Amino acid sequence: MQETDSILPAASRIPHLCLLGLVIPVFVLIALLFGFLFWFSLPVFYSGGNSIFSGEWQPEQGHFGIIPMIKGSMLLAVLTLCLSFPAAVGISGFCLLHPKHRITSLVHGMVRFMTGIPTVVYGLAALMLLVPLLRTWFTQSSGFGLLACLLALSLLTLPVMIMILENQLRESLNQHQLTGTSLGMSRSEILTHIIIPCAPQAFASAIVLGFGRAVGDTMLPLMLAGNAPQNPESLFDSIRTLTAHIGLVLSTEHGSATYNSLFASGFMLLAISVSLTVITRKLERSYQRRHPQASSSAQP
Amino acid sequence: MILRSSHIISLGLCLSLCSTFITSCQQQQSTTSSSEGKAELGTFEGQSGSINIAGGTAHIPVMQKAAKAIMASHPDIQITIAGGGSGVGAQQAGKGLVDIGNTGRPLKEKELALGLVSHPFAIDGVAIIIHPDNPVGELSSQQVASIYAGTTTNWKDLGGADQAIHLFTRDEASGTRSVFVKKLLKQGTVAQHANVTASNGAMKTAIAGDPGAIGYCSIGYINEMVKAPKLDGIEPSNANCVSGEYPVMRKLYMNTKGNPEGLAKTFIDFICSKEASTYIEASGYIPLHAGN
Repeated sequence: MQETDSILPAASRIPHLCLLGLVIPVFVLIALLFGFLFWFSLPVFYSGGNSIFSGEWQPEQGHFGIIPMIKGSMLLAVLTLCLSFPAAVGISGFCLLHPKHRITSLVHGMVRFMTGIPTVVYGLAALMLLVPLLRTWFTQSSGFGLLACLLALSLLTLPVMIMILENQLRESLNQHQLTGTSLGMSRSEILTHIIIPCAPQAFASAIVLGFGRAVGDTMLPLMLAGNAPQNPESLFDSIRTLTAHIGLVLSTEHGSATYNSLFASGFMLLAISVSLTVITRKLERSYQRRHPQASSSAQP
Repeated sequence: MILRSSHIISLGLCLSLCSTFITSCQQQQSTTSSSEGKAELGTFEGQSGSINIAGGTAHIPVMQKAAKAIMASHPDIQITIAGGGSGVGAQQAGKGLVDIGNTGRPLKEKELALGLVSHPFAIDGVAIIIHPDNPVGELSSQQVASIYAGTTTNWKDLGGADQAIHLFTRDEASGTRSVFVKKLLKQGTVAQHANVTASNGAMKTAIAGDPGAIGYCSIGYINEMVKAPKLDGIEPSNANCVSGEYPVMRKLYMNTKGNPEGLAKTFIDFICSKEASTYIEASGYIPLHAGN
């Protein structure tokens, strides 16, 4: 007995150590990434007052404000979620309710196919089809702008959200189906009264991933949003996102104020995604504390 | 059967996307470079070593086409080409980090103090472009400045249709933009609501599809897809650029620290020679020697 006691922990420590050996470098790399970005953007934040965080981008006049880009990024991501999240909930709900329906398998095939399409193809298709359409419908606008980018980006975020929602909800639906049916509940009742209230994590992770994709995508804003560094006032206004800004000014000369705005933009992007992740984790944890039963049964 | 139908539909979607892609590609392929004969590369005979090039992004197509031809026929020669912009080109050449630093502008005094020598090889003219259906055939520089400042907002004020003007400009890293702002707008402002495109090609695509649009691009890019109105009565053409009559243009330079030697000299001589003019023309620029 003593021998097995002494050998077992030693043996089980090896995979543990291996994993630790993998995790630590990754952790260090991520910490370094933050450190470098912070280090490079620090002088930008301090030099020349707060010109980086002003609202005007006019390089020829010496104004290098990235506030319009931050606003553009946030607005685009939030509006994209407003459009694609309800659609994703609806589509995944339909697929869960009618697992054997013709349309369901069609939707599954489509979703799987859509996740594999490169964003530049979406961009190209939207450029050739959507932009001319918007231009003829709304004559004041050139077609490029918030709306065009929003529609294309919704299409991009939709399949990811559907997949997450469906995968997570289906598991707990299968678990609770027997119990629910024995209580005389229909499939839709089980879904709306048991599964959905029990699985806020599924929705949270769908939103976080969708938002991350919407805020982080570069190609679609660069191709469709028009890239004017202004504060958007309507859906037809041309906007510039942080990612598109980085893509546009990447090839400027080193050390110029334009070039430095790259680091500030990168830092802002990172800050946005990190704070979003932290907030959702906090929400999840507080939910788990309040409903230990629900969360443990939803995700055993 | 159900699976089949979903496959067929996805396949159909895929095909339609592909066809969109291919047609757009065909539109883009208006200029293709002709392959050069090997005899013209004779000056590189017996030479070996490497050339490092960095700087202006406008130069890259020319450098790449030339480098490809040279390296294909002379395997002992290695040519590396990097971007970075005019500032980077001058800086790195000055520090001796690269053999040739490209700039899309004349050297500044600080850069000349590093001992740099400029070798201009091409002219890049910048012209206003509008949709081919737009009846406006001539613009004055004041009108252009007023359009780009956002003061003039309708084509009917310029003798065109009653249609809103859709402004297009280039990104801040663009040499084309800096020439346009400096030489045509005389350092005037570009309105904040102007759409920004990332390249000459993207600019042309945007203008070609929008009857209300106005933009600008390298003269070499202009074809039947867009229309270039006269500026102050002068046709924006290669000939007028060479004669100096058309003012909105710049020279493209290669810069070396001191006078070039060895392989770098051979390369610069080659780019400046008549043989390399096809590469320069295929990239949308005007070879400098053509006017001489």
